[in-house]
Amino acid sequence: MTLHIDMSEENLAGILAKAFRNRSFLAGFAITALVAAVAIVSFFWTPFDVTRLIIANKTQGPSLAHWFGTDHFGRDILSMIMVGARNSIAVALVAVGIGMGIGVPLGTFAAARGGFVDEALMRLNDLVFAFPALLSAIMITAIFGPGAVNAIIAIGIFNIPVFARVARAGALAIWPREFILAARAAGKGRTLITLEHVLPNIVTLLLVQGTIQFALGILAEAGLSYVGLGTQPPMPSWGRMLFDAQTRMVAAPWMALFPGMAIAVTVLGLNLLGDGIADILDPKSRRQR
Amino acid sequence: MGLVGESGSGKSITALTVMQLLPWAARATGRVTFDGIDILAASEDQMCALRGDDIGMVFQEPMTALNPVKTIGEQVAEGIRWHTKASRSNAEDRARKMLDRVGLPSAQFPLSRYPHELSGGQRQRVVIAIACALKPKLLIADEPTTALDVVLQAQILDLLRGLVAENRMGLLLISHDLAVVTEMADRITILRHGEVMEAGDTARTLSEQLHPYTRQLAQASMHVPARASTKEIGQGKPLLQVDSVTRDYPGRRTSLLKRAAPIRAVDDVSFSIDPGQSVALVGRSGCGKSTLARMVLALDGPSSGTIRFRGEVITGKSEAELRPARRDMQVVFQDPYGSFDPRQKVEKLVAEPLHVLEKEPTSAERREMVAKALHEVGLSPRDMDKYPHEFSGGQRQRLSIARAIITRPRLVVADEPVSALDVSIRAQILDLFAELNQKLGIAYLFITHDLTVARAITDQVMVMHDGRIVERGGTSEVLDHPQSEAAKALVAAAPDLHRAIARRLQEQG
Repeated sequence: MTLHIDMSEENLAGILAKAFRNRSFLAGFAITALVAAVAIVSFFWTPFDVTRLIIANKTQGPSLAHWFGTDHFGRDILSMIMVGARNSIAVALVAVGIGMGIGVPLGTFAAARGGFVDEALMRLNDLVFAFPALLSAIMITAIFGPGAVNAIIAIGIFNIPVFARVARAGALAIWPREFILAARAAGKGRTLITLEHVLPNIVTLLLVQGTIQFALGILAEAGLSYVGLGTQPPMPSWGRMLFDAQTRMVAAPWMALFPGMAIAVTVLGLNLLGDGIADILDPKSRRQR
Repeated sequence: MGLVGESGSGKSITALTVMQLLPWAARATGRVTFDGIDILAASEDQMCALRGDDIGMVFQEPMTALNPVKTIGEQVAEGIRWHTKASRSNAEDRARKMLDRVGLPSAQFPLSRYPHELSGGQRQRVVIAIACALKPKLLIADEPTTALDVVLQAQILDLLRGLVAENRMGLLLISHDLAVVTEMADRITILRHGEVMEAGDTARTLSEQLHPYTRQLAQASMHVPARASTKEIGQGKPLLQVDSVTRDYPGRRTSLLKRAAPIRAVDDVSFSIDPGQSVALVGRSGCGKSTLARMVLALDGPSSGTIRFRGEVITGKSEAELRPARRDMQVVFQDPYGSFDPRQKVEKLVAEPLHVLEKEPTSAERREMVAKALHEVGLSPRDMDKYPHEFSGGQRQRLSIARAIITRPRLVVADEPVSALDVSIRAQILDLFAELNQKLGIAYLFITHDLTVARAITDQVMVMHDGRIVERGGTSEVLDHPQSEAAKALVAAAPDLHRAIARRLQEQG
C-alpha cells in the first residue's frame, strides 16, 4: 500500500500565504513562540538564581529589582516562571502527544470496525476514565517513583481515553457520509479510508481538544507537584508555584497572580494557534479572511 | 399563485421577506402590502401577531421543521394558544380537529405522538396543520413536496388544495417543478436571478411560452435525451444477475436480550441486466431500492440469495477478492454535496477508483486520466486543482459521473442522480448519462422515484414495492399501461406538465 501525500510547492505557498493572513494564527503563533523563547532563554540566563533562597527578601511585592515580586523563600518569581515554563510546557506537550498518539488511532479504529471490537475498546476506555485521573497518577508515580518523567507518563495515559472518545465520535459522524460510501465503492479498505478521508475531516476537532488537554495537563502537573510527586524541588513549576501561593493569597497575591497569568496566556496562545491551524487547513476558508 | 424558478433565483428569499424572517444581513426595499398593512414597515411585535395568525408557512424539509422534543399536539396547539389566548384544553380540541382534517385521525395519531414516530409525509401533514390551524388568509408553501416521493406529493398537494378552497386562503406556492405549480396555481411568476421574468395566468403563460426563459424551463422539464432505440438485447451472458436476494435488518432491541422481529427491506428479488442495457428501478421511498443498490455494489451483504456480476458470485467475498469486480462497477449518488470529501481536491476525488486498477498509475498518468474523464463529462481539465465546494450542484454531479466512469466500468448504479438538481441542469445531466451509455456502452441501474427520469433514459423499468419487484417490462409499456397496484399508483401520482396544462385550459374552457 502506498500513500500519496501531495504537497506541491504551489500548495505549500498557498497555505503559508493563508497563514500570514489569519489573525488568530498569527496571534497564537506569537504568544506560543514567546513562551517557548522564554523557556529556552531560561536555560542560559535568568534574572536571579532560582535555587538560592534569601529569606531576608521573602514575600516582597513587585519592584524594579523583582518585577513580579518574590516568594516565601525570597526567590525571584519572574525567574521561577521562566524556569517553570520548561517543566510545565514539556510535561503538558508530551502528555498531549501520548494521548493523541495512542488515543486517536484507537478511536478511529473502533469507529472503523464497529460491533464487538468497538464495544470492547470503548468499555476499556470507560474503565480508565472511571478512575479519578489525579488519584491514579498519584498511584503510578507512587509505584514508579516521583519525578517529571513519571508524571508525564501518568498524565499521558489519562489523556488516551479523552482523545479516543473524541476521535471515535468524530469518525462515527464521518463514516455514514456518502463520500465514504463512494470510497468504499472504489474498493478502498478501512485503513485507507480512515487515513485519507476520516482523519482530515476530524483534525479540527482533535486540535481543539488538544489545546484543552494541554491546559488540563499543566494543571495536572501542578496537582502532582503539589503532593510532591511531580517536579521535584528546588526545580520550580507553574503548578507548584500556584499551590505554594494558595495559603498566602491575601498576604502576597502576586505569588498566585503571575504564575496564574503565565498559564492563562500560554493556554490562550495555544487555543488561538489551534483555531488558526484549523482555519488554514479548511479548504473552504481559502478565499476568506 | 405559484412562484417558480431554479435554485438561487430568489424564491425563498421572497417568501421570507413577506414573513419578515430574513437573515440580518439582508435588507429589503420596496413595499410588501398584506391586507392593507405595510409589512416591511411593521414592527417585530406586529409581525409576531401576523405570523401564524394571518400568514401560515409550510417548509420544505419535514424532518427538521418540527421540534423533536415536543409532541405534535403541543406544536399545533402552541400557535392557537398564543394567538387566541385560548385555554389549553380548548386549544387542544382545536388542534385535534385540525389534525383530523389533515388526515391524521385520533385513533392512530393521538396528540401525544412525537415527530420521530411519524413518517415524512405524516410530518408534513403536521406542519400543514400548524400553518393552517388559525385559518390564515395567506399560506406560504416553500417547496412543500420536494422531499417526498410522488405518491405522497400527490396526497399533500390534494390536501393543500382542499384546505385552500375550504378556508378561502391565498396560497403562495414556491417550487422548481413546473408541473406541480401548474396543477396548483392560477397565476404564475417566474423568477431568475432575483428578477421576475414573466408573470401571468398559469395556463396561458405556459401554453404560449412567450418569454424565452419560460420556454427554456418548460422544455427542460419535459426533456427526453436523444437515444438510439433499444439495442439488441439477449446477446451473450447477462452482466448482472440477482438471484432471490433477501435482506433483513435486525429489529430494535426491546430489552437487553430481546429484539423485535427483523425488518425485511428486500424480499426475494431476482433480476438481471444485460451489457449496455439501461434499467430503471422505481418505487416509493422506503421500498428497499437503495438497500438493493448497496447489495449490487457489494457495500452490504444480502441475508440470503446470490448476486453474480460478469458471471462471478460477488456475495460473501472479501474486499480483496472484490477488487476486479469493483473495477467494472461504479456508483453515482443522489446528493452532489455529500458525496465528495470536502477536504480533497478534484484530482484526487475523481481518481479515487483508480485505486482498484491492477497497476496503480503514475502521477502523470493519473492526471491525464482525470483530465480525460473531466473532459468527457463536460468539465475543463483545469478544474482538477479545485475543491468540491467551488462547484455548483450540477457541476458536482458531473464530477460524480467523472469519478464513476474513470475506470471504464461496465455497470454504473445511479441512486436518484438528478433528484437534487434543477430542471435545466437535470436535462443536461440526463443527456450526459444517455451520451455515455451510447459512447462507452455502460449499463445503468437507475434508481429513482421520478417517472419522467425513468422514461427519459431507460429501456426497462422494474417497479419495487415493499421490498419486492412487482412489475417489470419495457419502459413505455409499464409507464403507459401499468399492471400492478404499486405501478398504477406511481403513474397516477406523477406530475406531468402536458397533462396539467391541458387540464387547466379545459377548465377555463
